[in-house]
Amino acid sequence: MTLQPRIPGLRLLARAATGLTYPLAPADYLLPFTQGSARIEAVTKPAPGVVTLTLRPRQRLVHRAGQFVRVGVDIDGVRHTRCYSVSSPPERTDGRFTITVKAIAGGRVSTYLAERVEVGERLWVDAPSGDFVLPEMLPERLLFIAAGSGITPIMSMLASLDARAAMPDVVLIHAASTEPDLIFAAELAALAARHPSLHLHRVLSRDGGRLTRERLAALCPDWSQRETWACGPEGLLAWLEDHWQGAGVGARLHVERFRPRWTSNLSGEAGRVSFRRSGCVVPSRGDRSVLELAEASGLAPAHGCRMGICHGCTATLKSGRVRDLRNGQTFGDEGDRVQICVCAPVGDVEIEL
Amino acid sequence: MTAYTHLSPAEIEAFGRELDAIRDEVKASLGARDAAYIRRLIRIQRMLDLSGRALLFAGVLPPAWLAGTALLSVAKILENMEIGHNVMHAQWDWMRDPKIHSSTWEWDTACPAAQWKHSHNYMHHTYTNVVGMDRDVGYGILRMSPKQRWRVWNLGQPVYNAWLAILFQYGVALHDVEFDRVVQGKKTWREAWTQLKAIARKTSRQTLKDYVLFPVLAGPFFAYVFAGNLTANLVRNLWAYAIIFCGHFPAGAHTFEPEAVANETRGHWYLRQLLGSCNIRGGKLFHILSGNLSHQIEHHLFPDLPSNRYAEIAPRVQALCAKYGLPYNSASFTRQFGTTLWRVLRLSLPGGQSLEPAPA
Ligand SMILES: Cc1cc2nc3c(=O)[nH]c(=O)nc-3n(C[C@H](O)[C@H](O)[C@H](O)COP(=O)(O)OP(=O)(O)OC[C@H]3O[C@@H](n4cnc5c(N)ncnc54)[C@H](O)[C@@H]3O)c2cc1C
Ligand code: FES
Repeated sequence: MTLQPRIPGLRLLARAATGLTYPLAPADYLLPFTQGSARIEAVTKPAPGVVTLTLRPRQRLVHRAGQFVRVGVDIDGVRHTRCYSVSSPPERTDGRFTITVKAIAGGRVSTYLAERVEVGERLWVDAPSGDFVLPEMLPERLLFIAAGSGITPIMSMLASLDARAAMPDVVLIHAASTEPDLIFAAELAALAARHPSLHLHRVLSRDGGRLTRERLAALCPDWSQRETWACGPEGLLAWLEDHWQGAGVGARLHVERFRPRWTSNLSGEAGRVSFRRSGCVVPSRGDRSVLELAEASGLAPAHGCRMGICHGCTATLKSGRVRDLRNGQTFGDEGDRVQICVCAPVGDVEIEL
Repeated sequence: MTAYTHLSPAEIEAFGRELDAIRDEVKASLGARDAAYIRRLIRIQRMLDLSGRALLFAGVLPPAWLAGTALLSVAKILENMEIGHNVMHAQWDWMRDPKIHSSTWEWDTACPAAQWKHSHNYMHHTYTNVVGMDRDVGYGILRMSPKQRWRVWNLGQPVYNAWLAILFQYGVALHDVEFDRVVQGKKTWREAWTQLKAIARKTSRQTLKDYVLFPVLAGPFFAYVFAGNLTANLVRNLWAYAIIFCGHFPAGAHTFEPEAVANETRGHWYLRQLLGSCNIRGGKLFHILSGNLSHQIEHHLFPDLPSNRYAEIAPRVQALCAKYGLPYNSASFTRQFGTTLWRVLRLSLPGGQSLEPAPA
């Protein structure tokens, strides 16, 4: 956080303030008195196991419909960060925005947000990002395909089109397992009632309503001519990509994935370690530390004691899991700082080295 | 290699495994309570800092000057010791708070964090009390172990020692430059120069803050703020010096030959940490003000466990020492500091082998 005053005299003041709080920035000096960058103002349950949090950020959030924010939450003292699409439109004027989270069985953050948070709690929210957005020049005909919690970025897009009174010819295929699981069903129905050009189709998989070629062709015969935005589980997205590519219109399909595609088999110990910065990939049997593997392949990562004491070797984990050779425990979240001298890869691992 | 102990290699490894078990247990139990501790401490530190500096603006009034200087001294001590030192040890990295993280913390002292993390976390904590490897054994200017060769200029070390205490933050800052190794050609001037530039940059910003900007802000009361800041820095220097020197040099502390660390196992490393470290007894506030370095033994066994846990670990470590027949060097501040000063005096003269404790 930096001070960016617009008045010239204030700039001098900001410089002086930085000198006074050195070695900290003035904002960091005061940071301990604030608990997070966004306050939870309301908690609602739009569907079973789903929660919508209304957040008021300290600094106004500027996002494009479809983008996501990284949300940090302290659970048992540990900061966990996950991405959540902003489900409210950028046109919202009360300085608040919403995220909508579906609890995943065994999911650390989603179940915490869905079951434990309360109004007044603060979360760490950073600047929005993502390129799952509508172009400036709207196409004439659009197709949205959303399944489960994948409706969230699309809800923001539709609400934005509504707010701008610019609803083109839109087909929305909204999928969930049962009727009550359809998130934002009421809001979408209201939108469809207001905009005759918005065509809403529900697909309920419990009733045998999986999206198939035939089903798609029936609901939206001109699908291959529509610019399409899709968000949902991996199985659906992979199928859509195949189908669109098969029809030679792969470039018209824009997808948002909520989780990375699996690249490794989780039970196996052996795998490949990618050192991202140096672009080097080496096989691993899972029994040597990341540091040793890096050195064996000619890299020279910074380190100190080589026995897990000094933290001189920590590197950022980009994907995969590692095993702490000292106690055999495996762990790993994207962004974890790993002591590479005492951690061995478990299966495929990407590390910032 | 194990001349310093009566334990067999198997016993040493068993001792190490028991310490590992304590470490794993504490690590697994870290949670919201610990996170609240460090966050609260940082808030208290900021409030002490702010109120100390505010009071110094009214420094013409002697009680305000005294109170302001005292608060600022305590704030600087907390920032450097219980907060900065421990955060940079990665004790709080488990919280994954990017603002309370070893990779991002910069502290309110002359020494740049990056250099300190090398000389302290790596050199000192890995090679604790190994003569010729751990630079904390005399900071390159004092003879602190009878294993170090006596030279004529050691005669002056009571004086150097006093200056080191007074200017401690600059001593710490220059620590990692390793002038002696540069002179011996073991390190290049270029490397040293890069480090010196970083130190100069940081020191000048620190000087600007404490001796120019804050005093100028006080206008006519410039001198009071200047003197208050100078005193607070001095108090912090003396305190940090005293606590840190009590960590490894009181009577009974072992020093080691470089051979001791060749092919050292984790068990041996634990043992050497224990034998080379000394605790200071005291109350809760004393422990916090010492950055919990009063639990130097626990800190050296578990340098990356949060310092607020050392007090509860200490009795367990002590019991383990009793079980293995190992010493646990813990005494009052007077005893630890007194015998440390005695060591400085005694080793200014040749010999001093009698300071070497018997094998543990
Ligand atoms: C760009 C982006 C936008 C996102 N937007 C949203 C959103 O708007 N709403 C929302 O609810 N989520 C969204 N997510 C997903 C979200 O970031 C989390 O991954 C999700 O909440 C699970 O986190 P967790 O901590 O509960 O699970 P974890 O504790 O991380 O994982 C627990 C288990 O669940 C599995 N798992 C993880 N994610 C999923 C998943 N999506 N489906 C099934 N199993 C899973 C894991 O493999 C693991 O086995 C988005 C993700 C991305 C990348
Ligand atoms: S090199 Fe020291 S922790 Fe890894």
